[in-house]
Amino acid sequence: MAQLVLDRLLAQFGGGEIIKTGSQHGNEWARIRPDAWTAVCTFLRDDPTLSMEMLTDLTCVDRFGDEPRFDVVVHLYSVSKKHRVRLYGGVPEENPLIDSLVPLWPGADWPEREAYDLYGVRFAGHPDLRRLLMYPEFIGHPLRKDYPKEKRQPLVRRQAGSLD
Amino acid sequence: MGIQDAADLDAPDLPTEPMPLNMGPSHPAMHGTVRMVLDVEGEKITNADVQIGYLHRCFEKEAEYATWTQIFPYTDRLNYVSPMLNNVGYAIAVEKLLDIDKKIPERAQYIRVIVGEISRITDHMTCLGAGAMELGAFTVFLYMLKGREWLYELQEEISGARLTHSFVRIGGVVGDLPAGYIDRLTEVLGKIRVILDDVSKLLDRNRIFRDRMDGIAIITKQEAMAYGLTGPVGRSTGLEYDVRRDHPYLVYDRFDFDVPVGSVGDNFDRYAVRVEEIKQSMSILEQALKQIPAGPVMLNDPRIALPSKAETYNSIEAMIAHFKIIMDGIHVPPGEVYSFTEGGNGELGFYLVSDGTGRPWKCRVRPPCVPAVAIMNKLLPGLFMADVVPTFGMMNMIGGECDR
Repeated sequence: MAQLVLDRLLAQFGGGEIIKTGSQHGNEWARIRPDAWTAVCTFLRDDPTLSMEMLTDLTCVDRFGDEPRFDVVVHLYSVSKKHRVRLYGGVPEENPLIDSLVPLWPGADWPEREAYDLYGVRFAGHPDLRRLLMYPEFIGHPLRKDYPKEKRQPLVRRQAGSLD
Repeated sequence: MGIQDAADLDAPDLPTEPMPLNMGPSHPAMHGTVRMVLDVEGEKITNADVQIGYLHRCFEKEAEYATWTQIFPYTDRLNYVSPMLNNVGYAIAVEKLLDIDKKIPERAQYIRVIVGEISRITDHMTCLGAGAMELGAFTVFLYMLKGREWLYELQEEISGARLTHSFVRIGGVVGDLPAGYIDRLTEVLGKIRVILDDVSKLLDRNRIFRDRMDGIAIITKQEAMAYGLTGPVGRSTGLEYDVRRDHPYLVYDRFDFDVPVGSVGDNFDRYAVRVEEIKQSMSILEQALKQIPAGPVMLNDPRIALPSKAETYNSIEAMIAHFKIIMDGIHVPPGEVYSFTEGGNGELGFYLVSDGTGRPWKCRVRPPCVPAVAIMNKLLPGLFMADVVPTFGMMNMIGGECDR
């Protein structure tokens, strides 16, 4: 349904930034080299043919056992054009860092905080990167595949006078 | 007061000091457990930090250990005022991975639409009733919840549970409509129409209500897109996006319905859009009840559908099939899909990653109310303390959906 998006991407970025593209179950997807993350997303938003006005969702997938281990997954949508695309940006386990999309879509704020909270992936340029669902003293990143479901957390004593 | 600028009301001879203030997490107007750390000067908010997560129950982590079918009870507890919509959204996502989303029996699709639209109405009635009560309109709350309860009784009749339905299955729905259900639903819709009329008379031109709602927390259409707002909150800005219309699923392309949009993008528009959406949902229901064909309610595929109890207890083949589906789960081919439906609060997405086993590798929920709660950080500065309550009420944060 959104083959046009992939075609435009491949036409615009011919220097290997688009590692691979595909289509599955009605979704078009593209795997982006992480260093081209901001450039590709800016193009997707600003190109008049594509007009991806909305960042629908941003999350991570833990490909435990694969390299790179984490895929940052972004779903973009054009309200005016009615097409959408999924982007993958692979980040390594030892330094899971990718550019923040908050400057492009302010709605990326909380999804990026959640991905940081639950997977430990950091977003360079995020204005306020802190945990979203877990409390600040939480140790670890629970949605990682190597985080045991039954793992217990240390008790937290509240800091006197603290408001956060 | 109304649309007057908050700054006009400053009394220059009354000095105030900035003060941090916690609103929540346990606050009667917080619609669940959520905390807002507000910086206020007098009655005016200068900064807001909304903090969620108090109702986090590890939906996505638990889903990785459950079979595909076992996730249905978890979806009931996402948006718990419209559980059927969660059931439907999740089922369609898995069916896409199985490549059977176009093969679901037609009657099952109609039943999904019927129970889904009932859920949408209960969702909006809960939101409107609670929001009105928080502005003092207690009678509206009683009317709305009475209407909601009639619909809950119908959902209970069909699924056996008032809220925790788990009624939808991969491949169809659990069972058919009970005898006489269509007549009872038609009767209830007639009574709800009366309730909507009464609520309109009580609120639409109510001076207090209008002054508390008009011009408060305005969102522009561009902001709605930039922040990912969908559903009634997004549509209140004039953004005409509804998944049922723009990307039809099930049999929504066979119904004639409008997508209500607002013109100002304020709290009153969010109220008005929801009222109109209840009317559209009732129209869809009436059309569905007329059109629903006879036929099976479950895809007859032994890889997916449990054999009947009689077969299970009387033939070894059926017992083995039952055992495999229950203990090992439906084997979904490896693949990934982002599937989206119109939830009560907007686009409810499920991003599923399957590795070919009976359990998902990843089951991500795109919660429609998170963007609406997130944008509160931007809306609240400049408003009065008293504006937090109607603004938050009209965002319709459902803790189960927001925190997952």
